[in-house]
Amino acid sequence: MMTALAFFESQRLVHLSFIDLAIIVFYFVLVLTIGFYLKERANTGEDFFMAGREMTAWVAGLAFLSANLGSLELMGWAGAAYQYGILAAHWYWIGAIPAMLFLALVMMPFYYISKTHSVPGYLQLRFGESSRALSSISFAFMTVLMSGINMYSMALVLKIVLGWNINVSIWISSLTVAIYVSLGGLRSAIFNEVLQFVLIWSGALLIPILGLVEAGGWNGLRARVATNASAEYTHLWSTLGNFRDNPMGIHWTGIVFGLGAVISMGYWTTDFLVVQRVLSAKDLRAAKMAPIIGAGFKMLVPFIVILPGLLALAVLPFKLVGETQAIATGAHSYNEVLPLMLARYCGPGLLGLGITALIAGFMSGMAGNVSAFTTVWTYDIYRAFIRKNASDQHYVSMGRWCTIVGVLISVGTAYLVMNFKSIMDYVQALFSFFIAPLFATVLLGMLWKRATAAGGFWGLLTGTVSSIGMWAWVKADPSALRYVALSPYARDMAENMYRALWSCLLCALVTIVVSLLTKPKPDSELKGLVYGATEIPSESYVSVWHRPWFWASVVAVLFVALQIIFW
Amino acid sequence: MKAGGSISIWFFVGLSLLVNGILILGAGIFDLVHPPEAQVVLYNLHAGIWWGGLMTVVGAIYCFYFLPGKARKQ
Repeated sequence: MMTALAFFESQRLVHLSFIDLAIIVFYFVLVLTIGFYLKERANTGEDFFMAGREMTAWVAGLAFLSANLGSLELMGWAGAAYQYGILAAHWYWIGAIPAMLFLALVMMPFYYISKTHSVPGYLQLRFGESSRALSSISFAFMTVLMSGINMYSMALVLKIVLGWNINVSIWISSLTVAIYVSLGGLRSAIFNEVLQFVLIWSGALLIPILGLVEAGGWNGLRARVATNASAEYTHLWSTLGNFRDNPMGIHWTGIVFGLGAVISMGYWTTDFLVVQRVLSAKDLRAAKMAPIIGAGFKMLVPFIVILPGLLALAVLPFKLVGETQAIATGAHSYNEVLPLMLARYCGPGLLGLGITALIAGFMSGMAGNVSAFTTVWTYDIYRAFIRKNASDQHYVSMGRWCTIVGVLISVGTAYLVMNFKSIMDYVQALFSFFIAPLFATVLLGMLWKRATAAGGFWGLLTGTVSSIGMWAWVKADPSALRYVALSPYARDMAENMYRALWSCLLCALVTIVVSLLTKPKPDSELKGLVYGATEIPSESYVSVWHRPWFWASVVAVLFVALQIIFW
Repeated sequence: MKAGGSISIWFFVGLSLLVNGILILGAGIFDLVHPPEAQVVLYNLHAGIWWGGLMTVVGAIYCFYFLPGKARKQ
C-alpha cells in the first residue's frame, strides 16, 4: 500500500482513497485474467488475428465503438465542449452516425464476403499489391505512432490528475496491454474492449446526471451557459452560416461535406483499427448489425462527453484556459474538464471508478492500435513481402512477438514525443493525410466495376500527396488558408475538413481518369469484391425486426431528431 | 459469446460490476455513517449508495445469468 502511495506526488488534481486504489487494481487483475484465460483460444491465425470470426453483433458492435472511445477522445472532446459548446457534438453525430450506417449497409457486405482479414487486404484483392503496400505500410507506421502518442498523453493525464510518475504509468499500462493482447490476440482485445465499454459508461454516467441536478435540468443549464459564456454555445447548427458567427470558426459546408462526407466516412469505413472489430463477426448479418449497434451507442456518447463540458461552463466557479496559459499561470486547462467534474461530484469509490474508466479508455484505444498493427504487419507486410509460405503456426508466433514489439515501439514513440512535443501535431496531420483519399479508393473499388488497379494506386497516391502538399502550403504561407479552406477566417479544424474534402475528390478524379485509360479486370475476377459482380445474400429469411436496414432506419430517425432538437 | 469454451464475456462484465458495486456501496455507507469533513457537491444525494447498489444488483444478475457451466445458448 505504501509503495503504491509512494507514486503520488504533492501536486495533483484529485486524491484517491484505499477503496479507489482497490477498484483500479481490480481492473488490472481482471483484464490480465481475461488475457490468460483466452490464451487457449488463440492457437490458429484465424483465432489470433480474427477472433475466430465468431463474435455476436453485440460484442463486435461494442468493441467497434470501444476501440474508438479512448480517454484522449473523452477528455479532449469534453474540453472542446467547454471551449466551443455543443458544436463539439458534431464529431459524434454527423461526424460518425451516417458513416457507421453506410459501413453497415453498403460496404460491409464486400468486406465480409471477400473474406479479407484487413482493409489493405481488400485493396490487394481489388487493386493488387502496389495499393496494398502503400496502404499497409502507411497504416502500420501511423498506428504505432498514434499508440505511442496516446500512451504519452495518458501518462501525462495521470501525472496531472493523480500525481503518478509518468514512467510508471507508461510501463504498467503498456505491459498490461502487451500481455493480454499477445496471449489472447484479437479475441482478448475485443473481450476487454467490451468490459472497458461498460466501465467507461458506469464510471462517467454519474457526472451528467448529478451535473443536471445541480444546474437545474437542461433549461437551467442553458440559462447558466448563456450567462457564463454565450447562448450560441447550446446551438448545434444555427450559428454555422458564417465562419465568424461561431467559436469554432467553421461553416456548415465544412461540417457536412468535410467532416460528414469525407473525414468520418474515411475513418469509420476504412480505418482498420475499427473495421477489424466488425470483420470478427460470426456472419454477414452480425457484421452489418455491429456498426448499427455501435451507432446507437455513439449517439449517446455526447451525454458523457459533451454534456460534462457544457456543465463545467455552467457550474464551475472558475474559468478554464488553454494548455499554454495553464502552464504559465497554474490555472486548469480545458482538457481537465472531466477529472474536475469527477472530483466535484464523486466521493471515495466513485472517484476510483471514474479514474478506472479513464484508464480503461486509454487501454482500449492502445489495444485497438496494437492488435490492428499486428494483423496488418503479419498478413499484409510480413507474409506478403518477406515470408510468403510459412506455416499458420509461424504467423501466429509472429503475431505474438509483433504485439510485444509494437508495444515497445509505441513506448519508444511515447518517450520521443516527451522530448519533441511538436511531433504530436505532425502525426495527427499525417494520419489525416491518408484516411480521406483511402475512402475514395475503397468506395470506388467497391461500387465501380470499371476501376482498375492502376487507377486505384495512382488515385490513392495523388490524394495522399495532394493532402500533404496543401498542409505544407498553408504552413509555409498562412494566407493560403483562403484557398484551401475557402476563408481567411477559417481555423485549424476547418482547414482539416476542407483539406480532406479536396484530397478525397482529387483521389476520386485521378482514379476515374486513370481507370478509363487502362484495361479493367473481367467480371469473373471481381466476384465478391464489387457491386454488380457480387451476390449479396438475401435477408428475407429473417423478420423485419431482425433486419439491419430496419434498425439503421431507427438510428437514422433518432439522429435527425437530435439535430432538430438541438438546432 | 463464450470464452475458452465455457465463460461468457458477460460473466466478466457482471463480475466487474458486482465487485466494483460492492466496493462503492460500502464506501458510500461508510461516508453516510462517518460524514467526511470535505464533502463533494450534492453529497446529500449519497450517490455512492444508490449507484453502488445499482451496480451490485445488475452485476449479480449478470453473474448469475452467465455463470460458467450453466447450460445456456446465446
